[in-house]
Amino acid sequence: MKQDTILLAHGSGGTLMHKLISGLFASKFSNPILDKLDDSATFELPPGRVSFSTDTYVVQPLMFRGGNIGKLAVCGTVNDVSAMGAEPMYLSCGFVIEEGLAVSELETILDSMVASAKEAGVLIVTGDTKVVEKGGADRLFINTAGVGVVRDGVDIGAAKAKIGDKILLSGTIGDHGIAVVSEREGLTFETAVESDCAPLNKMISSMLDVSRNVHCLRDPTRGGLASALNEFAAASDVGLHIIEDRVPVRDEVAGACELLGYDVFHVANEGKIVAIVEPADADAVLAAMKTSPYGVDAAIIGEVVDEPKGKVLVDTHFGSTRILDILVGEQLPRIC
Amino acid sequence: MTLKYISEYRDPILAKSLITKINQTSTRDAKLMEVCGTHTVAIAKHGIRTMMPPTVQLLSGPGCPVCVTANTDIDRAIELSKVDDVVITTFGDMMKVPGSYSSLAKEKAAGSDIRVVYSALDAVELAERTPEKRVVFLAVGFETTAPTIAASVIEAKKRGLKNFFIHAVHKTVPDALRALIESGEVKITGLILPGHVSAIIGTKPYLFLADEYHVPCVISGFEPLDVLQAIYMLVRQIESGEAKIEVQYRRGVLPDGNQVAVETMNKVFEPCDADWRAIGVIPGTGLKLREEYAEFDAVAAIEVELPPVREPKGCQCGEVLRGVLFPYQCKLFGKACTPEAPVGPCMVSSEGSCAAYYRYSDYPEATG
Repeated sequence: MKQDTILLAHGSGGTLMHKLISGLFASKFSNPILDKLDDSATFELPPGRVSFSTDTYVVQPLMFRGGNIGKLAVCGTVNDVSAMGAEPMYLSCGFVIEEGLAVSELETILDSMVASAKEAGVLIVTGDTKVVEKGGADRLFINTAGVGVVRDGVDIGAAKAKIGDKILLSGTIGDHGIAVVSEREGLTFETAVESDCAPLNKMISSMLDVSRNVHCLRDPTRGGLASALNEFAAASDVGLHIIEDRVPVRDEVAGACELLGYDVFHVANEGKIVAIVEPADADAVLAAMKTSPYGVDAAIIGEVVDEPKGKVLVDTHFGSTRILDILVGEQLPRIC
Repeated sequence: MTLKYISEYRDPILAKSLITKINQTSTRDAKLMEVCGTHTVAIAKHGIRTMMPPTVQLLSGPGCPVCVTANTDIDRAIELSKVDDVVITTFGDMMKVPGSYSSLAKEKAAGSDIRVVYSALDAVELAERTPEKRVVFLAVGFETTAPTIAASVIEAKKRGLKNFFIHAVHKTVPDALRALIESGEVKITGLILPGHVSAIIGTKPYLFLADEYHVPCVISGFEPLDVLQAIYMLVRQIESGEAKIEVQYRRGVLPDGNQVAVETMNKVFEPCDADWRAIGVIPGTGLKLREEYAEFDAVAAIEVELPPVREPKGCQCGEVLRGVLFPYQCKLFGKACTPEAPVGPCMVSSEGSCAAYYRYSDYPEATG
């Protein structure tokens, strides 16, 4: 008989837990490495430097337009591993479930994880489940970690931007943050904006196929594009000069930001990449981005300059220039 | 929902032509105070200060409702939040504002039930859903928010709720401007008046500013082109020696304002004296619940003991709110006081002058 909700006993190590693991997690994520259900996964990695990343997802609500916490948990870690120029291969996932979560909801979330992992070409090879009492967590938290192997000859890092380099962005900004906040309880604000949550490893791979001179890569999640750009500027001790008009923003997102008082440069993304590329290769990398369904709106949004060091300048649509600072304090808690 | 007409109000060609006109017209010193925090943000965000001729100076005024909320009012909200069955509901901006010893955000972390809502009606709904709790809405804001909060009180009465209360610390704008000008601390030669407040109250409550004090006034919208046009209109008044109340924000403001909103506000509230942070008590600039709605008054219904009021050491928010100092002239600005570790309210609120200047690096050292 199938239980409708997750109970404390599901995490107790007994029969219910066994059923949950074998019936739900193992069958959905099934692959030869995982199916052994050993204490840890064992596998071979191709030669090269390993990229290894972990992230915990606590987004609230669990379901939002364009995705859910499961899709986010797979895509987020895939993107973090990829942003070092690595091909992500294996993921782990840990679940902290508050008792009372509907099994059907968990299934939907797992299905999304399976779909995103399949799209990204990664395997979920090990995992863990804990069930906590009511109030011990907020419905569901997921941790994922991922490993991949850095492509030979690629040398990416936030400190590697050089004066004259071009700054490339893979598409519209702010979609994820606005999609999530519009779903929040109590916010009677509706918009058709969908989260951009997506695995970007194939797009990044195609960018690296055409250029060995991608100097910096980052997926601008929390803190938005502003944080990523400021980190590049500070680490590389250069200035970044952005043209606001070249930064793609959906009308709905721009409108929502006006209403809510957000600066779109600070709003989170979950399916975008910002790259700093040698000028001679910029057009080729841009073309590679545009061949991906997640990069159709890609654009060159500015370039690396000498001064002011460690700062990001934006030429506004309005004709003035302003410093783009990192977000201070919190804007939207629990967006990922 | 799609909000259009943003870029239309940020047209660079129109902006350039307005800036040229301001530069060509302005010969006399123009000390213009923007009263509203939203204007302060627009000026900082769009770099409008850097476009002004040397004759035009833009000062920020007391128009951030969060910033002018007195310490003692925040202290009371904090004490209320410690009462077992009380849920405090508030606009998000109030969370981090420091009172004498703590903030709502800190109290929430310590276990008080404090929730951010986007409308007072959400608080009414919450009260109805949780009859075992007493729900207190922290009623902050100018004439812009007072009518909807009044409507929520009417709604609570209609639903017969006995567990919904408001802590009314509203402020009204016109007489605060009178107090500011009467003080003579800063010689203000023009006022950029708040568009949203004026959409409610119309133009008439400001007439005394021109008639009695001969201060040119323009009610402005919040997009950069609105602000530039308002500045140009003020410069023209100053150059011609005129003083009148002009409306730049015509798409939002009617001379009589929004009568329904004003009537709703007046039905529930009556004027009282209000304690403005750093300015002091200004007669007639507060709103208290009328007798027939007095049952919703949190202050009367839930007794709490207040700690002695304390002002943060070295904080010059008062001078900033009165336009005496630019935010960056405060000794703490950007050093001991940042949005991450704010000392005074002007660095906390998203519409606070200090936060706006800091966030958009709208101060001399920032751009070197």
